Amino acid sequence: MKIAVCMKRVPATDTKVKPGAGRPWIDSTGVEYVLNPYDEFAIEEALRLKEARGGAGEVVVVCVGSADAQKELRTALAMGADRAILLEDAQAELRDAQEIAGALAAAVKELGSELVLLGKTGVDRDQSQTGQRVATRLGWGCAIECAKIAIDGSAIRAEREIEGGREVLELSLPAVLSCEKGLNEPRYAGLKGIMAAKKKPLETKAPQYAAAQGEVLSFEMPPERSGGRIVGSGVDAVAELVRLLQQEAKVL
Amino acid sequence: MSAILVYVETKDDQPKKASLEALGAASRLGGEVVALLYGRHAQAAAAKLALSGAAKALAVEDAQRAHFSPEAVVAALAAAAAKLSPRAIFFAATSQGRDLAPRLAEKLGCAQASDCTELRNGGDGKVEARRPVMAGKAYTWMRAKNATLVATLRPNVFAEAKSGGAPAVESMAAPAADLKSIVKEIVASASGVLDVSEAPVVVSGGRGLKEASNWKVLEDLAAAFGGRAALGASRAVVDAGWRPHAEQVGQTGKTVAPQLYFAVGISGAIQHLAGMRTAKTIVAINKDAEAPIFKVADYGIVGDALEIVPALTAAIKKAIG
Repeated sequence: MKIAVCMKRVPATDTKVKPGAGRPWIDSTGVEYVLNPYDEFAIEEALRLKEARGGAGEVVVVCVGSADAQKELRTALAMGADRAILLEDAQAELRDAQEIAGALAAAVKELGSELVLLGKTGVDRDQSQTGQRVATRLGWGCAIECAKIAIDGSAIRAEREIEGGREVLELSLPAVLSCEKGLNEPRYAGLKGIMAAKKKPLETKAPQYAAAQGEVLSFEMPPERSGGRIVGSGVDAVAELVRLLQQEAKVL
Repeated sequence: MSAILVYVETKDDQPKKASLEALGAASRLGGEVVALLYGRHAQAAAAKLALSGAAKALAVEDAQRAHFSPEAVVAALAAAAAKLSPRAIFFAATSQGRDLAPRLAEKLGCAQASDCTELRNGGDGKVEARRPVMAGKAYTWMRAKNATLVATLRPNVFAEAKSGGAPAVESMAAPAADLKSIVKEIVASASGVLDVSEAPVVVSGGRGLKEASNWKVLEDLAAAFGGRAALGASRAVVDAGWRPHAEQVGQTGKTVAPQLYFAVGISGAIQHLAGMRTAKTIVAINKDAEAPIFKVADYGIVGDALEIVPALTAAIKKAIG
């Protein structure tokens, strides 16, 4: 099975955000970028699916990103992916989910893979749309936020957590599955993997974007919370806290 | 002004609260609000939309299909959208809404704003949406270049309409659809009814609780709110295996906006703060007076959570009777 894993380069989650100049997005100066955490689960799952089939097939990582995203693609290769495709665009960070899904769907089609795995969301724009859009574009089945994936022949059984329970979905290949934390424990790339990754093929292409209708008007920082009142310490402060919750905050 | 179409989720024959909030948000923007309900109880649920802000409700009853399928609902929404040419299509940002909205947006060639926390009418009558990025470390305003914006709205942020009459209910035939994914079963979780992303009160715990067995004190505090509270957790305790991932609040977990948020034994890493900073009122209990959580909390108590929380539970029980 040829598995395509779509991945993204995102600011590390401990990034302190500052607005960028002249664009409605963050100031990327000095920001550390990483492989999107949810995409790590997708890469791990793809590697396990391949391993469970005696190593048959291929895991191809695909990324819409700037030239710098080669670093994150090499990370995926070091984990064990076979090859990488960078759909290179210096402005990738500013692209809408609709554009990115178009470019990824086109790349997947060209690859001829029948299974796409990716993280449930990118922890930068938090749009949570790419998997659903890619599947819709390709006319494939789709299960999102998978916490468990079982593939038997072309039959897929996917589980996800929903409000107050767990949903079991059935679909068949070809399909797009987006991955949730808890699906697996992603492996670390060892020294051997890092060395091997340097020799693995990384191909660069131009993204074939779909037309995008989204327009970002502005970027703003949240208002600072003017909190910070310590009511007191220990059990003695409880009565005053409850009084404040009742009379001042009016939330009880 | 063209209509706003709202997908209304149902549980049995009840419209879900987060969907009523979406109807309320749509009615405040103005123009006609059309609800679409799908499923065996669509008609009965549509009859319960009085005072929701909806002027019209399309009830798609689908007796043939035993199982829920996202493709079937998307086909019905696309058919309704083709008739209405709405200026916006709203979903609640629930597990269903997160699944359906991007499928519909892609099918219609539309942009989508996910997990919106504020809406307004732009000068040209287009709907503009404010939404958090990086789990709330910042926000963007966005809109569609073409006629229709698809948006999912964060639960607990928008008020229900609670005014207006009952909508005119029309039944609508389920359009043909190529069903590729079928929901085979839904297993209710033992822990309970409310998800942390939907609950008006959230009681979250972190490392400061020392061990997993100490969660009993948080469960008791949550129980004091009589079914209105859900448990949350910091990333540290989820990674340690003390709590399930479904409870994690923060950048690699859920973003929540409850009326009342208790952060117990949580120091307040930037990723956690991003996920809960839009709570209306935040209470922090932590033994370290310098913990960053106190900078965002409205009220803080410094001390041992295992002593303070049981006393707080007793006092809250007394206060809300």
